Amino acid sequence: MPDTAIIENNTAKQKPNRVKEALSILFSSKTAMVGLIIVMFWVIVAVFAPYMTKYTPTEQDWKAPNHGPCAEHVLGTDELGRDLWARLIYGARVVLVVLPVTEHFMLPGGTAIWGVLVSLFIGAVLGLIGGYKGGWIDEIVMRLLDAMMAIPVILLYLIIVAAIGASAVNVVIAIAIVGVPGIARLVRSLTLDIKTREYIRAAETRGESAWVIMFVEILPNTRGPIIIDAMLRVGYAIFAMGTLGFLGLGMPPPSPDWGSMVAKGRAFILTGSPWAALWPAIAIASLVVGLNLLADGIREESMRYQ
Amino acid sequence: MKQAENAESVPVLDVRDLAISYQTRKRDVPAVRGVNFTVHQGETIGVVGESGCGKSTIAFGILDFLGTNGKVVDGSIKFMGREMVGTPKDELRKIRGNNISMVYQDPMQALNPSLTIGTQLTEVLTAHQNISHNEARDRCIAMLKRVYMPDPANVLKRYPHMISGGQQQRVIIAMALLNNPSLLIMDEPTTALDVTVEAAVLDLVEDLKNDFNTGIIFITHNLGVVAKVSDRLCVMYAGEMVEEGPIEEMFTNPAHPYTRGLLCCVPRIRDDLSNNRLWSIRGRVPHPAERSSTACIFAPRCDWRIEGKNLKDKSLVKNCTIAHPELVNISEDHRSRCFLGRETIKTPWNEYARGRKKKLIHVPEDDHELTSLENLLTVDHMKVFYKSHNRSLKNILGLAEKKYIKAVDDISLKVVKGSTIGIVGESGCGKSTLVKGIIGLEELTGGKAQLMGLDIDMPVKKRDLSLIRELQMVFQNPDSTLNPSYCIGKQIARPIKKFKTVSRGKEREEVERLLRSVKLAAYYYGRYPRQLSGGEKQRVGIARALASRPSMVIYDEPVSALDVSVQAAVLNLINEIKEELGSTMIFIAHDLSVVKFISDFVAVMYLGQIVEFGPVASIYPPPYHPYTEALLSAVPIPDPKAKKQSIGLSGDVPSASNQPSGCYFHTRCPRRKVLPENGKICEEKAPKFQKLKNGHKIFCHIPADKLLELALKKNKI
Repeated sequence: MPDTAIIENNTAKQKPNRVKEALSILFSSKTAMVGLIIVMFWVIVAVFAPYMTKYTPTEQDWKAPNHGPCAEHVLGTDELGRDLWARLIYGARVVLVVLPVTEHFMLPGGTAIWGVLVSLFIGAVLGLIGGYKGGWIDEIVMRLLDAMMAIPVILLYLIIVAAIGASAVNVVIAIAIVGVPGIARLVRSLTLDIKTREYIRAAETRGESAWVIMFVEILPNTRGPIIIDAMLRVGYAIFAMGTLGFLGLGMPPPSPDWGSMVAKGRAFILTGSPWAALWPAIAIASLVVGLNLLADGIREESMRYQ
Repeated sequence: MKQAENAESVPVLDVRDLAISYQTRKRDVPAVRGVNFTVHQGETIGVVGESGCGKSTIAFGILDFLGTNGKVVDGSIKFMGREMVGTPKDELRKIRGNNISMVYQDPMQALNPSLTIGTQLTEVLTAHQNISHNEARDRCIAMLKRVYMPDPANVLKRYPHMISGGQQQRVIIAMALLNNPSLLIMDEPTTALDVTVEAAVLDLVEDLKNDFNTGIIFITHNLGVVAKVSDRLCVMYAGEMVEEGPIEEMFTNPAHPYTRGLLCCVPRIRDDLSNNRLWSIRGRVPHPAERSSTACIFAPRCDWRIEGKNLKDKSLVKNCTIAHPELVNISEDHRSRCFLGRETIKTPWNEYARGRKKKLIHVPEDDHELTSLENLLTVDHMKVFYKSHNRSLKNILGLAEKKYIKAVDDISLKVVKGSTIGIVGESGCGKSTLVKGIIGLEELTGGKAQLMGLDIDMPVKKRDLSLIRELQMVFQNPDSTLNPSYCIGKQIARPIKKFKTVSRGKEREEVERLLRSVKLAAYYYGRYPRQLSGGEKQRVGIARALASRPSMVIYDEPVSALDVSVQAAVLNLINEIKEELGSTMIFIAHDLSVVKFISDFVAVMYLGQIVEFGPVASIYPPPYHPYTEALLSAVPIPDPKAKKQSIGLSGDVPSASNQPSGCYFHTRCPRRKVLPENGKICEEKAPKFQKLKNGHKIFCHIPADKLLELALKKNKI
């Protein structure tokens, strides 16, 4: 009897294929590549910041305050004679590479990234519960989050940071809280779709608990849209950090914070030395645009051939 | 005869050596190649083949709807003698708009839900022709009448969601015919519809063909449907046309091994009950990127090449793997893409083995003995109602009368241990809700259910783990039955770990054993669902359900989403498993031939009730419940000579929230006229089950003898 069945014998080499496929999506989109180059530039200079400059971010060169770019200082100096390139790349470090918990203890992973990770975690849990359980639990969770979304984002940041004080950890908390409603909504809508699939019915007929269904069966299938959303959110978080810094609610001085650099440098734009404000502004803009390009490129490319 | 008339005139459509490719990220993938056919006026060309064989691509190629990444790379498409390939898009649009129409598979998606049907229909006329709105309206009404739409003037004012699926498809057909097109392309127009509605739509297509003299391309995967409406048949395999010829010759003398395989692997309603195996084609349709251009694409699946069959001269098949076959003439009008040519015809196509004897459950003659059989599952007056959502103020205040949708309405059922019970009925009649109630995914509104003497009338969350493992389910949709994030092995291992069916550390062994039992190799352990074909996914779904070693498995339409050749293999597998493990099954399907093939008992459901129940040997011969009779007569038979008339059921399945009084079926019953006063009793009183022999029960007022007489009389005509 010729029953269909055992067909060609391919040895299993699945994992590398998956990575390869993800990379092929990345490389085939020009938008994503431009974004990746910009983002990688900042990540690399941030990681290797100590080897990229001979100055420290707080070292003052009294001979050359408010100096334009020159051989000694590539991007110039600020009003206290601090090297702007050094401050810029150490500032990128705080955003992307390390989270200074106290003066001596630092966690790997930048402030913006930690903020997004924490909000992802909380948002995903709330979204999963709301979406899967439904009913009054969903109603309560979503209405609370709606109430949060009704407050303008900037105002929410200000309220939170003003209430708990300005420090790197508190900025993480603020970013996390502000990000939760959006992520929860996204995860909830994905959950509502996935929970109608038959593999969820299969899990229910095996008597799996709600937690297993939510975190083992549903959550892994939401990862695609979540990864894209997280990339965009890191961009927003960098933007928010800049805003908070500009308003004097970011990292306490004298730490190199892009937002507060712009705020300080602003006063000298009209006196003929715009550099102190210009470079950090460009840094924020380029990193945010880079992340957006990367996320959009990947999203478009992964949709194209479906 | 029709062809003789039009022999001199230009054919409506002439497709020669058509090849279409799609661009992908890596390279161009050929989707269709070597397609040749001609459509004359008033002629219907059926295009059949499994999914992924390029049927729809041909249609889109003719319409130039290939999207941004598809293009015609070779060949010609001549419409009314005019070359379409290479014509600028603007001109093509004009030609298409007025002369070619298309009917799609899903009527709900083809109609705009936010515009009334009238607006959508009149737009077709006013957009292409210069006529007044009123005139357009009149013509639309006339056309709707033409497609037997009841109350057409009123339908124009309605929105698509307000009419049923069958009526929507009529509107689509009317819309397609409004411009009096020379060519009508129908892409699976009846696939989304129930059998009874399908039969009505097919009758309509047949009528229209005669009246409008339109050339029709009818794309479908269903051989029964194609036999009913087509004059000629094209068989597509893996993007190539492998055989083409007049319909009757194609069904009596198919030449290509693939066509023969297709014809053999469908279960037929007229098959003998003793079959328990179907013919199936080995392997699967190759992916477009794997299709060789220097060998016959069917060679890896071809039994003639591999086993030789009755070939006397084995040298005939030596070219199969080294050269690409061209179309050869079988007879004047019949061509096949096979090196064997006429050689295959010497063996009758239906000589394929159709299997061992089926071991039917012994059905005792009298009722007393019947009750003595050991029941694994008993369902007693089960009710599953849904509250209907009504957002009126009255309802919010709690003043309005509570309305329920009665999905399952008072069903009693006994499942004998070791038997298979098939449940059939149109969509929306409560088949799925019934099994969801049994398995505990829906809460019961009333009634009782027992499995092996233990109560199972609570939802699955409240059941004991040892009870849960005894009852498992296989789902319908192969694409959503497996979690895309985990490899196959882990998904099968999950129930094994959960129910601890084997000792720790032996899970992998057990998974591999299960994979073998569903005829998959051990290396499937590490595969992900997206790397599997539909049939393979369904096998994994079966393996997962069997992993807890249940005493009863519920199959919810496990093969309805599969291609026929794959369907045959999966049905064979289910039968084998049943014989080996002796497990009890509930098998839901809407296809009566499949149910006949697999079941020992059959329950026919209508609007949440069982209207007929009995052993399979008593259900298929008369007497029938009038509903069963209509269902049976609507099944399209893959034989063009069997031009039988189906019993048209008027109207649609009534809403389950507002059932008719008395017998639920009285609004559509074609037989109630035989009762006194035109069946007044049917409107007033619900019937009682008439008990016949072998546990056969019919839920009808008309006496069984009369039903028998009516059915026999109809068969004679």
